[in-house]
Amino acid sequence: MTVALLWFALSVDEAALVEKRCLGCHGPAMQMNGFRVDKPGASISQVIDRVTSAKAGYTMPPTGPRLTAEEVAAMKVWVERNSRRSHWAYEPIKRTPGATIDSFVAKRSPEASRETLARRASLDLRGLPPSPSEVREFLGDTRPGAYERMIDRYLASPHFGERWARHWLDLARYADSDGYEKDQVRPYAFRWRNWVIDAFNRDLPFDQFTIQQIAGDLLPNADTESRVATGFHRNTLVNREAGVSRAEDRFEQTINRTNTIATAWLGLTAGCAQCHDHKYDAISQREYYQLFAFMNSIVEEDIDAPLPGELGPWLAARDDYRRKRQALLDEYKIGELQPVWERNMRAAIEKPGANVEWDFALTSFTAMLDHGRNLLLTSPGHERLTNYFVFNLGPDFNRDKELAAKIKELREKWNALHAATPQLTRAYAIAESPTPIPTHIALRGDYKRPGAAVEPNVLRVLPPLPKLEHPRLAFAKWLVSRDNPLTARVIVNRFWQEFFGRGIVRTSEDFGTQGERPTHPELLDFLAAEFMDNGWSVKKIMRSIVTSATYKQSSKLTPELLEKDPENATFARQSRIRLSAEAIRDSALAVSGLLDTRVGGPSVRPPQPAGVAELGYANSVKWRESTGADRYRRGLYIHFQRTAPYPQLMNFDAPESVVACSRRRTSNTPLQSLNLLNDPVFFEAANALFELQKGSKTPVLGAFVAVLGRNPTPYEGERLAKLADSEGLLAVARVLLNLDEFITRE
Amino acid sequence: MDRRSFLNSFAYGVGGFALADLLRADDPLAPKKPHFEGKAKSIIFMFMEGGPSQMDLFDPKPALQKWHGKPLPDSMTKDLQLAFIKKDAAVLGSPRIFKPYGQSGIEFSDYIPHVASCADDLCLVRSIESEAFNHHPAQLFLFTGSTQFGRPTMGAWSVYGLGSESKNLPGFVVLSSGVGTSGGATNFSSGFLPSTYQGTLLRNSGDPILYLSNPPGVTAKSQRAALDALGDLNRHRFGEMRDPEIESRINAYELAYRMQTAGPELTDFSKESPETLDMYGVNQEATKQFGTNCLLARRLVERGTRFVLMMHASWDDHTNLNRKLKKNCDATDQPTAALLKDLKRRGLLDSTLVVWGGEFGRTPMQEVRDTRDDENAGRDHHPLAYSMWLAGGGIKPGTVVGATDDLGFHITEDKVKTHDLQATILHCLGFDHTKLTYKHMGRDFRLTDVAGNVVRKMLI
Repeated sequence: MTVALLWFALSVDEAALVEKRCLGCHGPAMQMNGFRVDKPGASISQVIDRVTSAKAGYTMPPTGPRLTAEEVAAMKVWVERNSRRSHWAYEPIKRTPGATIDSFVAKRSPEASRETLARRASLDLRGLPPSPSEVREFLGDTRPGAYERMIDRYLASPHFGERWARHWLDLARYADSDGYEKDQVRPYAFRWRNWVIDAFNRDLPFDQFTIQQIAGDLLPNADTESRVATGFHRNTLVNREAGVSRAEDRFEQTINRTNTIATAWLGLTAGCAQCHDHKYDAISQREYYQLFAFMNSIVEEDIDAPLPGELGPWLAARDDYRRKRQALLDEYKIGELQPVWERNMRAAIEKPGANVEWDFALTSFTAMLDHGRNLLLTSPGHERLTNYFVFNLGPDFNRDKELAAKIKELREKWNALHAATPQLTRAYAIAESPTPIPTHIALRGDYKRPGAAVEPNVLRVLPPLPKLEHPRLAFAKWLVSRDNPLTARVIVNRFWQEFFGRGIVRTSEDFGTQGERPTHPELLDFLAAEFMDNGWSVKKIMRSIVTSATYKQSSKLTPELLEKDPENATFARQSRIRLSAEAIRDSALAVSGLLDTRVGGPSVRPPQPAGVAELGYANSVKWRESTGADRYRRGLYIHFQRTAPYPQLMNFDAPESVVACSRRRTSNTPLQSLNLLNDPVFFEAANALFELQKGSKTPVLGAFVAVLGRNPTPYEGERLAKLADSEGLLAVARVLLNLDEFITRE
Repeated sequence: MDRRSFLNSFAYGVGGFALADLLRADDPLAPKKPHFEGKAKSIIFMFMEGGPSQMDLFDPKPALQKWHGKPLPDSMTKDLQLAFIKKDAAVLGSPRIFKPYGQSGIEFSDYIPHVASCADDLCLVRSIESEAFNHHPAQLFLFTGSTQFGRPTMGAWSVYGLGSESKNLPGFVVLSSGVGTSGGATNFSSGFLPSTYQGTLLRNSGDPILYLSNPPGVTAKSQRAALDALGDLNRHRFGEMRDPEIESRINAYELAYRMQTAGPELTDFSKESPETLDMYGVNQEATKQFGTNCLLARRLVERGTRFVLMMHASWDDHTNLNRKLKKNCDATDQPTAALLKDLKRRGLLDSTLVVWGGEFGRTPMQEVRDTRDDENAGRDHHPLAYSMWLAGGGIKPGTVVGATDDLGFHITEDKVKTHDLQATILHCLGFDHTKLTYKHMGRDFRLTDVAGNVVRKMLI
């Protein structure tokens, strides 16, 4: 088969058909009537007409049997897809010299008030409202460039990284537990989140940001941080239900990784091609598994990834810890017991079915302990096996009541020793498999039905993959190469979406033919080019956006705007955007002075109503409430348990964290109203807000300014004063925290 | 400001009591017409998590006794995928005694005499087939039509398609009993549909709906005064910004306020007769939790809730089947029958579709995890052939659909795949399952994915 034909036809079946019936006369060897079917751009509109016609001299092929109905159908798909090959998103990015953002937006609303601008930019860049003193500072700065100076302060704030990390966490389907029935906690998932926050704060160029997450382990100068970055791939769900085959779970994870990358970087809905050629976009099933192949060579690896200050104490305590641990193991004769258990487990591997109890013990073991089977076979006495064994004695020892009781004692001492010993933070990372793992097309998407073998490669409609390097590293670099027309567009479009409430391509998750076309294609390309030309600096491109007149417009709707452009497709105004779940809670905590502003660190469990965690499987989800300041940390630090998530997050449309989420939906429900009115968290914030104003002569005014960052209108002042008179200041505080304006970015 | 003057002060719409209806015009949960007139107006889905054993409850297999203790023939098990046991596991005979009930003569096991007494109202399907054999994927498959995450669940599709009749309570309500399910919140997620359509969990303790009560120390009068002020200020802001979303927000707060009254009223059983309470078993220890949920389900349907999902966990009896199955039956059998009878005598059964079943069934072979315990035997997961029953809402009463082979291993007649079941349920609501779609990621999605046929034999 010719290279051109492979490029041109998108599935094996179609290529075979074209080769068999067309290529002899209209291929590289011969071009009858000057028509060559396998040449990109060939005029093929007549093909269907001719293969279905019965007219002698016109019908194709002129000899041999007519095409069957199935073949005609396949041909139709092929023609249709090829006629769509010139899709805007695959075309090279076009620069517009001398342009600015504002030159692409025809008509604009007047500029918003300075108070609105201060609050808007703060919420957009930091996910937090400005403090009253920050607003005063801005309003008091009457020199030119005051707005830009404020923007620079926000961009330099450590909370910038938190706000934009959350956006990336949506795409990375980040969570603190495995998902599925067992839904085990991932205590160190936060380590990758720390990396993301830090990357945004230090303005790590987006190309580096990409390469490190996709293939940081393969970089020549790979260090702990670049390996931590690969934790992106570890956010997939893991099904540890004992009956699930490990091969199947691995396949599902690799599918999830492939689809996540396609959505996050390329804006493509590749998932359709898991089972069949994509019906609308130029992704054949073969190509899908070529993309899949980049990720299929991954093996998971947990690494030590100490945070600053951890290594010293750990080193100092290590010898002592090892001694004590060994003493415990000796005291309870683990050295004698463990080999017996290992022998039984290995016997279950070698002779399945011989003993059902050990079969079951083994099934649970392999599901719960990653690489457990290999360890058993290759590393008897391994520390991880010991760790597992002490907590899972297996059927025989468990039946020995006396022994089981002894070991229970050991577990308590063991846990106490652990708690008393300085630990290193770990990270979930990946490595390349030492042995090659072949990839096959999974027929109809079923991993048990392997089809033809494929090599890693990128989509044919996009520029080719650079050779010479390791495939996954080459792929990472390809994603952010200057020739790739998708990544820069997809990323700046999402930034725009966050700043305007809708993307230039509204379907920010789908740049394919079923997605919407850009409303302002030149603007999109301008931004994409600027982004790359400025070294993929996220802060620079965001600064250009938020300092534009287009961004600074008022979000007021006029009857004319509402009628002509209800969806704001022309950007002739700013949009009012309901705050994210996290920003709503963060804002309430911030304006009431409760927010704990520490950046990074492990996830926290603020109080939640009894009964929420119990929804998890067999009551296995434990919600140990955080104490002290940890109760008031920002929403992105709230422990996300996939099967029983924190209710306020879900009430306000946080994603479920199972697949990449490119844009959140915004609902408006009575459950949200109840949440804001009556949730103890918001009530506590109202109380604290009220306390802050207690000594003030103008408490209503003080609370109003703290919450909304502007002065009240006369009506607002009077109405609240009236409420204060009859119901007290706490009622005023509660109303302020429930205002539509408070949970909206104007 | 009192309630009346609050309403009259509505500055940008019509004053007076039409406000709530006026605002409902933009409400995504306002009642909508389906594709055709459906028999069912609401659904109670009694989801029995973990997989109840069909050959010990619904599908008598005397041949199992003959095979008891022996492995199945190879021909039967060659392509079989099993969670825990091996293919040569011994067959487990069922000690249950089956007998025919009612005019229809449908056979049920001695563990469920109450449900059996409703035989003439039920359509028992003995030929359900699922595609997944692990809990969470199978639950996703049952509720979303796909084993992948992120799709809307059946309840979400129902309220998306039909809206809700209730102005004061959520349209899709979830009741949970037992120990918690594998699927958890994913069984009532709205997936990629707006979260307006997700299920609201009615809680077993504390507030029935999360954050329903006023915070401590806030009186009803004070809450109302605060809401009045809030409404006034939001309307004032609307006058400035003119964003219709502000109006929706005002509407949501008013519904929330009504819910604060309707929620406690829903869970207040004081107006139910002692006879009704006894029938549901709400005052007996064994049946209290499930009976309460059954009674709540009826009260929800009466109040216009569209979809009630009851989740009871767990029927996942890998071991000690006889003991554990009895416990679940003792907890659920009487209340389940009570719900059916109560709906019927109130004239609600015709317009309420009741569905009972798990995500898969259980194997004819036994699973043993402790060889020294004679009572240890249980059954593994079996998606290839299992039973569910439906009643009311357009379903043909007193019918059996489908059959399995002598050992209950394979379906021999009228296979009903999960997508067929879903298509049939949507049909009862008045939907052509191929047309109830939502565009997402560039294509139209539906509950039945790309498959599903309405099972006419199940319909009136």
